[in-house]
Amino acid sequence: MSNKRRDLLKAGAGVAAAAAFPMIWAKDAHAQWNSQPEKGAKLRVLRWSRFVQGDIDQYMKNVQAFTAKYGIEVRVDSESWEDVRPKAAVAANTGAGPDIILGTYDDANLYPEKLVDVTDLCNYLGKKYGGWYPTCELYLKPDGKRWIGVPLGATGSMIVYRESQVKAAGFDSFPKDTDGFLRMMKVLKDKGTPGGFALGHATGDANTWCHWLVWTFGGKLVDAKNNVVINSPETLRALEYSKELYGTFIPGTLSWLDPNNNKVFLDGQISVTNNGISIYYASKNSKDPKINALQTDINHARYPAGPAGVSSACHLFMNQMIFKYTKYPKAAKEFIRFMMEEEQYGAWLQAGIGYTAGPLVAYEKNPIWTVDPKHTAYRDACKELRPAGYAGKLGYASAGALADFIIVDMVAEAASGDKSPKEAVERATKRAERYYKV
Amino acid sequence: MKSSYFDNKNTLGLLFMLPAGVLLLLFLTYPLGLGTWLGFTDAKIGRAGEWIGIENFQFLIGDSVARLSLFNTLFYTTVASVLKFVLGLWLALILNRHLPFKSFIRAIVLLPFIVPTALSAIAFWWIYDSQFSVVSWTLSKMGLIDRYIDFLGEPWLARLSVTAANIWRGVPFVAISLLAGLQTIPSSLYEASSIDGATPWQQFWNVTLPLLTPIIAVVMTFSVLFTFTDFQLIYVLTRGGPLNATHLMATLSFQRGIPGGALGEGAALAMLMVPFLLSAILFSYFGLQRRAWQQGGSDK
Repeated sequence: MSNKRRDLLKAGAGVAAAAAFPMIWAKDAHAQWNSQPEKGAKLRVLRWSRFVQGDIDQYMKNVQAFTAKYGIEVRVDSESWEDVRPKAAVAANTGAGPDIILGTYDDANLYPEKLVDVTDLCNYLGKKYGGWYPTCELYLKPDGKRWIGVPLGATGSMIVYRESQVKAAGFDSFPKDTDGFLRMMKVLKDKGTPGGFALGHATGDANTWCHWLVWTFGGKLVDAKNNVVINSPETLRALEYSKELYGTFIPGTLSWLDPNNNKVFLDGQISVTNNGISIYYASKNSKDPKINALQTDINHARYPAGPAGVSSACHLFMNQMIFKYTKYPKAAKEFIRFMMEEEQYGAWLQAGIGYTAGPLVAYEKNPIWTVDPKHTAYRDACKELRPAGYAGKLGYASAGALADFIIVDMVAEAASGDKSPKEAVERATKRAERYYKV
Repeated sequence: MKSSYFDNKNTLGLLFMLPAGVLLLLFLTYPLGLGTWLGFTDAKIGRAGEWIGIENFQFLIGDSVARLSLFNTLFYTTVASVLKFVLGLWLALILNRHLPFKSFIRAIVLLPFIVPTALSAIAFWWIYDSQFSVVSWTLSKMGLIDRYIDFLGEPWLARLSVTAANIWRGVPFVAISLLAGLQTIPSSLYEASSIDGATPWQQFWNVTLPLLTPIIAVVMTFSVLFTFTDFQLIYVLTRGGPLNATHLMATLSFQRGIPGGALGEGAALAMLMVPFLLSAILFSYFGLQRRAWQQGGSDK
């Protein structure tokens, strides 16, 4: 029996065994939910297109199970995740559109008054499944009292690397600090197996690692009072570091959008990048023997910690919003509750091999995180996530600054030598001050 | 009474124009008016704005990225439009000759224009890819380069690359339109000029060009408008990168207005395009519609 097949059988057995046993966290017996969907209800859901096939397959199975149980017809439309935000905005503005929208980042903070209060539902789920991670409250309970959306989780963007090449560079495991990381990247470059991180307008990949870089050196865009504080010695140190790091990259990363690093990694041209678990998933499911063989050599790691000791990144946070214009708010809440219950949500996590990390503490125990040690790095994406508007309040300013690639452009300008770190950070300050209105 | 009402030429004319008028008002005037209004407000997605006067415009004039996008747009439009005109006219002149398989060749020439922009942009994305470019691969196999060309990674190279993609896409529209114009020129004019001893260059300058200018004016007006407001090509290829070197006003306006949520600022940026577009239209109409010259006289 081949290793691959044995691994798959082991993985399958693990998942099956875990699913057969009761959950190992203590469910809160006091968690009560009692809501009757409106008669004749029909729902429309708009969500982002799948990143991994297993996600949408299982999601639709769960939707069918909901329809079978409640007799409520649910139409699910999918759009590229970056197109969901404008559509959700139009729905919010016009008061017409899907009943439920699966949005990203701080979408809900842009039109909180247009959304159905889901405090009862979030309290129920939180109580039943060990509580929500603090980031969920930052995003969806902005006033500390009222939930404006139900967290769905976060797709982690972790370090993806080739074990054999990292070992050949003299590192038994992936470095845990930025000094070691830079040393390793230099050796990898010298050995002709460089790494590469997106520096183009890659909404997911570039934003994630560039924010990590600034944070891990102690920099941040704004303070708790939304004052722009990016022009700091810590940011300048991060940018100096980025220049050295950029020198180790494969050429072309300035133009990389989100799909580039996936293609290049799977083609064997780079040894290290940052991404969701989709590269591993693609390798595992590829019919191309060369790509399929990569799965044994792929591994994942958390971002290394820099002088500030931070290895957090702004992973892609996902939410579920119910709009006030819906005729069936109770049915919509029931739908989200159903989808978030362990029976459905756990199966969905497993089908996506952990592409999305759960927002509820109990879902850390889902067997998908341990059935294959290569999944584990993604388990804590929601737990350790920092919102892109850290350390300020989320809203128009943080959404605008993120969408305008202020941090990415700053890192790209300094790393590539297009501007000095001082010039790059001054430009970023000016741009950020516009959003945070000085 | 009724029949006399409908017999009235003016009433009937008004009635026939009504559907078109309503459509224009609904789908052109209203959005344009709303966009203009939004440009003077601080409207955000999901929140109605308040009147802030020219604050958005003041900020944009001082914003380095907005200024860069203006430069990029002017560069992109000028270079692409001039080259599209030259290549389009050249292609039209060739296609106007008696070639074997003339109809087939004309159909083939139109292909780049027929293909959806997003699809051709994806094809160019592969052609320009920093690691998988077929151009780089070919040159590398021929031993002409030792590392792949970073088409979309170097700011100036990226500007030129997206301009080239726009030219490839836009040439057929210019060529086919000008070809239609060429075919309206009576052959007797060429025969007469040739009897008078005109050289091919003199024929082109004194017969072809003057008679083609009305259609050139229309075609180039459209071409400039399409190029100035281009969005899809840039959005698919670079999203405005690298380092904002390919951000056009349209793409930046979208980035700020929709994903960024700053509807007012996005609208203001879009409104800043209007004076340039109006200038292009006026130039075409007053600069190229030289009727006296077309009739052998000189402009006053």
